[in-house]
Amino acid sequence: MDIDIDKLYKEIKNGNENKIAKAISMVEDGTKNALKLMEKVYKNVEPSYMVGISGPPGSGKSTLTQRIVQLWRKEDIKVGIIAIDPTSHFSGGALLGDRIRMNEIATDSGVFIRSMATRGSMGGLNSSIYDTVLLFSLAGYDYIIIETVGVGQNEIDIVKLADTTIFVTVPEAGDEIQAYKAGLMEVGDIFVVNKSDRPNSQQMVLTIEQLVSFKEGKDIWKPPVLSTNALKNEGVSNINKWINKHHTYLKDNNLLQKSRKNVIKAQMINLMEKTLNEKYIKPVLKDKKFEKYIDLIYEKKEDPYTVIEKLLLN
Amino acid sequence: MSDEKLKKTEKDWEENKYGKTVNRFGERKDEFKSDSGRTIKPLYTPLDLENIDYEESINYPGQYPFTRGVYPTMYRSKFWTMRQYAGFGNAKETNQRFRYLLDQGQTGLSVAFDLPTQIGYDSDHPLARGEVGKVGVAIDTLADMEVLFDQIPLDEVSTSMTINAPASILLAMYMVVAEKQGVNPDKLAGTIQNDILKEYIARGTYIFPPEPSLRIITDIFDYCSKEMPRWNTISISGYHIREAGSDAIQELAFTIADGIEYVQAAVDIGMDVDQFAPRLSFFFNAQMDLFEEIAKFRAARRLWAEVMEERFNAKKDKSKMLRFHTQTAGSALTAQQPMNNIMRVTLQALSAVLGGTQSLHTNSYDEALGLPTEDSVKIALRTQQVLAHETGAADTIDPMAGSYYVESLTDKFVKEAKEYIDKIDELGGMAKAIEAGFVQREIQESAYQTQKKVENKEKVVVGVNKFTEEESKKAENLLKVNPEVEKHQINGLKKIKEKRDDSKVNKALQKVKIAAQSEDKNLMYPIIEAVKEYATIGEISDVLRDEYGEYKAQYI
Amino acid sequence: MEKKIKVLIAKPGLDGHDRGAKVIARGLKEAGMEVVYTGLRQTPEQIVRSAVQEDVDVIGLSILSGAHTYLFPEIMKRLKDANRDDIAVIAGGIIPEDDHTELKELGIKAVFQPGTPISDIVDFIKNEVN
Repeated sequence: MDIDIDKLYKEIKNGNENKIAKAISMVEDGTKNALKLMEKVYKNVEPSYMVGISGPPGSGKSTLTQRIVQLWRKEDIKVGIIAIDPTSHFSGGALLGDRIRMNEIATDSGVFIRSMATRGSMGGLNSSIYDTVLLFSLAGYDYIIIETVGVGQNEIDIVKLADTTIFVTVPEAGDEIQAYKAGLMEVGDIFVVNKSDRPNSQQMVLTIEQLVSFKEGKDIWKPPVLSTNALKNEGVSNINKWINKHHTYLKDNNLLQKSRKNVIKAQMINLMEKTLNEKYIKPVLKDKKFEKYIDLIYEKKEDPYTVIEKLLLN
Repeated sequence: MSDEKLKKTEKDWEENKYGKTVNRFGERKDEFKSDSGRTIKPLYTPLDLENIDYEESINYPGQYPFTRGVYPTMYRSKFWTMRQYAGFGNAKETNQRFRYLLDQGQTGLSVAFDLPTQIGYDSDHPLARGEVGKVGVAIDTLADMEVLFDQIPLDEVSTSMTINAPASILLAMYMVVAEKQGVNPDKLAGTIQNDILKEYIARGTYIFPPEPSLRIITDIFDYCSKEMPRWNTISISGYHIREAGSDAIQELAFTIADGIEYVQAAVDIGMDVDQFAPRLSFFFNAQMDLFEEIAKFRAARRLWAEVMEERFNAKKDKSKMLRFHTQTAGSALTAQQPMNNIMRVTLQALSAVLGGTQSLHTNSYDEALGLPTEDSVKIALRTQQVLAHETGAADTIDPMAGSYYVESLTDKFVKEAKEYIDKIDELGGMAKAIEAGFVQREIQESAYQTQKKVENKEKVVVGVNKFTEEESKKAENLLKVNPEVEKHQINGLKKIKEKRDDSKVNKALQKVKIAAQSEDKNLMYPIIEAVKEYATIGEISDVLRDEYGEYKAQYI
Repeated sequence: MEKKIKVLIAKPGLDGHDRGAKVIARGLKEAGMEVVYTGLRQTPEQIVRSAVQEDVDVIGLSILSGAHTYLFPEIMKRLKDANRDDIAVIAGGIIPEDDHTELKELGIKAVFQPGTPISDIVDFIKNEVN
């Protein structure tokens, strides 16, 4: 069923929550109408400022997100939040529980919270995320938070989309920090040690400072390591200060364009992989011949490389 | 028979007699598992008690570690208190139900409060709309409390109040009502539930965050140790944890771990353990697996005694005695074929009696449908009376002792619960474990597994997944809460506010505020003064909210 | 891309019994649905706002306190005001049979009593949405 794209576009621009929500669903479902809408959106909409937040479970980052948003709201900044949770590979379903920790901003008319499951994405990056960022931008949300949980490659890929990336951890993470992928240290613009009332919190700050100290050189952004207690609302305005500093840094050094182009590149690669998967890989997986090939390889009558050439490249 | 010989003969029986019969006739199931998922052997013998020393681990009633009962004579001197949880609508209606129950032979009162009262909201608060008087009685001020206990002599009746976050306020009100009856606080017997940790875990009627909540609780411990020596300051509860879906061992372990946290909190502020521990009490669930439950109760006593002796160096016996109230499991009762619930409650109650409970509430058969009617609560009460007077179950102490099954199960429960407690110690104690979501996750996992077992019929629930009926006879005459209650309550509250002296109220609330801000003032005293001036539950709670903030649930 | 069924599980009012809500939420997730769970003490306003922003197909209300007589009509009214009364609303918990007719008249599609298997709820939702 075709819908009036121009009308929908206008309604989103006017901030109609029902329509914004519906558009996001369309995008998540990948309908034809969604493609038409996004065509217009990409050609017209300037993405708003994005802040990415992630951290291991239990780090209190959702609470922190709420606090930061409350600060922004005092300055009348409108905020869109995309809260991402993993889809179960087993069932295809997901439990989206981030709203629990954002009850206080849930009824603020200047805040839009959308929970999103990673769905069948390759890795963690769901192309709907950036599309939703644009939809929020169209709707007039000044700042957009992309929030996810975990510090693995998937989560890094997600929060990398953002202009400013914040990683949250807690004092007890201890030795796990050493195991954090190098990617995290490279990608993070601001590091936060939450639950500052716990023992070892200062130690953790020092540990992370050491880990990011490789970033030397003039005009290079040196990520601060900040201490907070989100529940008690301590240290939050400091984070905000640094977010603003980073935003200014990006603008002053003409880095915003580079960063945005990287996002588009990531989105393109993601969509290409998705398209290829849909067009070439899924049909092969569904084909009965595929199972037969597996048997043949098991019986040592074929090898995977030759088979794939046959299946895909001919 | 020597152990060596026994091992031989048992093996012989297993392989020959038993094994051969199993091969011929099979057994009803491939595996027999208890309600908590533990494997049940076909047979228990003296060999199962090999490593259990009677004097060390079982001993005699009234003697450490109290496995066989906290008192030397137990029910031979006095039956358990028959204490039916009751409350709905306004104070007048609940007072009527109290007096009805006492007339029918109940021996203690148990008060159910509505949700606004439990969460420190007055009946006219926007969040109270639709909730006033629904799950319990609505109490806004001392005036309601006075009506609630009208014609009930507080020097003769003991009262248990299921109130947690605002327990200090309700305790203060109870005390003042008694005073007006001419009864001194040191004569008052009863309990306040006052167990905030389980609210975060399983029940949800919290107000303030953990730290200030523990402060309020230890203030109550201190106050009562001086002014109300016959009052049980807390009812450390496993009932709700079980209802939320935990198994029997989790119920046991988490309850004891909560107890450890409370004792530690009091000890940390300098209280002497023997000063307050004798007035700690507990509250357990009585579920369907008869022998597991009996073992659980016995294990609880032994576990707590060992904790108090070894961890806290308590000197008095009374500090090591786990006294408990039991409620039969509401979650085991069904909406389908409700009369079946009468049998369920009977057997659950039996387990509590054989487990040595100090007081007991039996659910009414319409539990899954609504609040109990007079008729249904009477049957529930009669269940206890039949148990007490007709079965002989109460005529000897701890009759299940010596059962190879029950003793080995008791011992196993103690060991498994200790493992959980060790884990919680590693996490830094119950408060930290709750903050980390560990306890909640364990409970939810059990709850989910139970649901799966019921749906695939591994766990049979008669009338629900077996022996079902198409059109079950509709339950008639369910209790309906008077829809006018909310209006009446709000009007009553308005009148009280008009009559009272506002300047005195404000002064009193100021004093509460100052005490809340200080670290060395006991909150009970200013709360009592405020209550006397007819300050409302909402007003007093709001003072504390301003100081302490509200708890925000972090975990699913 | 597959279309997913999105469900909001909500606990309206002061009732703190969330065992059922959580078990259902997990059951629906294992049936392949995306479940938004918003925790305890949700006001009608919060529930409807969540439903709107998340563009859910179904709202499942869980309540055991008897306060449904006030809260449910409030929720349905706000849903209508938000132009989203196309969202299917179902309920469970302790809701007396006598109240079911009234609730159905309000637009609530089904009231599930204790003991309902998860599969029944999953099937009902799948039917409603398609």
